[in-house]
Amino acid sequence: MSSKLSQKMGLGAGGMIGGRVALKLDPQALAHLTSGRSVALVTGTNGKTTSTMMLSRAVSFLGQVATNHGGANMPDGHVTALSKQPDAPYAVLEVDEGYFPEVCRAAAPAVAVLLNLSRDQLDRVGEVRTIEKSLRTALGSVAGVVVANCDDIMVTSAARDCANVVWVATGTGWHNDAASCPRCGDPIRWEGEHWHCTGCDLARPRPDWVTGDGYLVAPDGEKVALSLRLPGKFNLANAVMATAAAFALGVPVREAVERLRAVSDVAGRYRTIQRSGHRARLLLSKNPAGWSETLTVVREADHPAVLVINAQEADGRDLSWLWDVPFERLRGRRVIASGERATDLAVRLTYAEVEHTIVPDPLKAIDAMPPGAVEVIANYTAFRDLNARAAQ
Amino acid sequence: MSSKVSVALVLPDLLGTYGDFGNAVVLEKRMTWRGIPAEIVTVRYGEPVPDSCEIYVVGGGEDTAQTLAVRHLREHPGMQRAASRGAVILGICAGIQIFGETFTRADQVTHPGLGLLDSTSHAGGSRAIGEVVATPADGLFEGVLSGFENHQGRTVLGPSARPLAHVKVGTGNDGSVEGAVQGRIVCTYLHGPVLPRNPQLADLLIEWATGTKPAPLDLPAVTRLRAERAKAAGV
Repeated sequence: MSSKLSQKMGLGAGGMIGGRVALKLDPQALAHLTSGRSVALVTGTNGKTTSTMMLSRAVSFLGQVATNHGGANMPDGHVTALSKQPDAPYAVLEVDEGYFPEVCRAAAPAVAVLLNLSRDQLDRVGEVRTIEKSLRTALGSVAGVVVANCDDIMVTSAARDCANVVWVATGTGWHNDAASCPRCGDPIRWEGEHWHCTGCDLARPRPDWVTGDGYLVAPDGEKVALSLRLPGKFNLANAVMATAAAFALGVPVREAVERLRAVSDVAGRYRTIQRSGHRARLLLSKNPAGWSETLTVVREADHPAVLVINAQEADGRDLSWLWDVPFERLRGRRVIASGERATDLAVRLTYAEVEHTIVPDPLKAIDAMPPGAVEVIANYTAFRDLNARAAQ
Repeated sequence: MSSKVSVALVLPDLLGTYGDFGNAVVLEKRMTWRGIPAEIVTVRYGEPVPDSCEIYVVGGGEDTAQTLAVRHLREHPGMQRAASRGAVILGICAGIQIFGETFTRADQVTHPGLGLLDSTSHAGGSRAIGEVVATPADGLFEGVLSGFENHQGRTVLGPSARPLAHVKVGTGNDGSVEGAVQGRIVCTYLHGPVLPRNPQLADLLIEWATGTKPAPLDLPAVTRLRAERAKAAGV
């Protein structure tokens, strides 16, 4: 009932209100609902939703899994997801970085997955170093396994002092937030894939799992092809993080990979919609690190691109980050600036010398393109709204 | 000595948290498009800071990065040397704090600044976040100053510095004035970044650096953006 109401009111995808009411009635609802289950929590700046879906698929090898598909990643979303599957012995939950300490305390996870940390919604989430410190404190009390990306300096700092860490070399890097050490402030020096602080003992740990070009190397040295249906280097990283986490819960490596490689559509992301003679691929990117990766993915072909930017509270109201995205890579391509803040994007594209037009409505922007393939890249609420409208 | 107008982008790896790199791009493009040869000289952490550039752009950063940046700029005082011969310097957010005499963090520890600006900064009680609209002081440039602020710092100007603008919407230095001007040093708390939003300010810096008022340059997207942001701020 309340979930229907939530959908009617246009609040998220109906994942929130049920949980919100339950938490009002019982503030301990999350602790009660996770008690007796084996819980995995997934957090980080980018890749949370995809990794959570991959991990929940992999863990389904062991039994029924309760999970919050679709990005409702705050406590009310967790309560809703767990309430829907009261008998599932496993829970795999995507957790917003800001809520991680609270959820971690309530859920006592068997596995905590820490993907990456970079600048995102600075006005809402805060600066990266603040998040790193709060995650470090929260992870300190985790009795289970922490699966952490050792190619990310902030993640390494947050996870290093945990009793039981599994390190994954993901090969993914957005290093622009980590020129100085999160522990002591001294410069970080890179030598190839290795990095170390020049002032203290923070350094890249030896990885237990390694991400290769289309494969992973497990702790026992076994090389397993990933053959993912999702594009991009960052999804290889997500897959290896998910496999390492599933393995920690008892899923054999090959069983985990076989299940997670089938993921092809994550809450509407990566799916292609047919519309007015167009095949539009929908891609979500929320911050500079995400956009940078997505612009690499769309480089594979020279399709026209519709870029959709909003700046609602859930997106972050400050769009300064648009200038950290290398839009220059789109020069020579047909581009339309769209979304509620299409004009901010248009100014950025102007100075990037990317020719473009402005069509604020993203569906009309797709229609305005020549027939054929179109890449549509949208940030959070822009993607959510477009996805909902495209489904109608 | 290069025949191009050099825009030094100072320590973007430490002070580039809020897209402030965009300020250097705007200066470079607005000169290049008008036929004034220009280039961006990126100075990363660990590299000496040249004293020969015409314009220096310093962005915002997190606390630890800010401390490291001050240390680096003291060890390599190229920008301070350039300032003493009248080079144009734009400091954003952390810039206004580290350019001053001292800045005091939320932990009450006071750090010495670079002493380029007659000001002191301290951490305010609350974080100022949101759209800002301000009126340029002393008719420095036309139109309003527009930007987005996200900072905890509060700044008090001494007699040698004057405000960049008077706040209409937002907080700025103290709820009343925004930014600082001292000689050819301009500081502001505003991101957005500030120069894409305020082409008049960009052109003022270009005029100071080249000695010539640049030709008009009309970018419809920028005009539209300024109108949209003013409306959003309720002005």
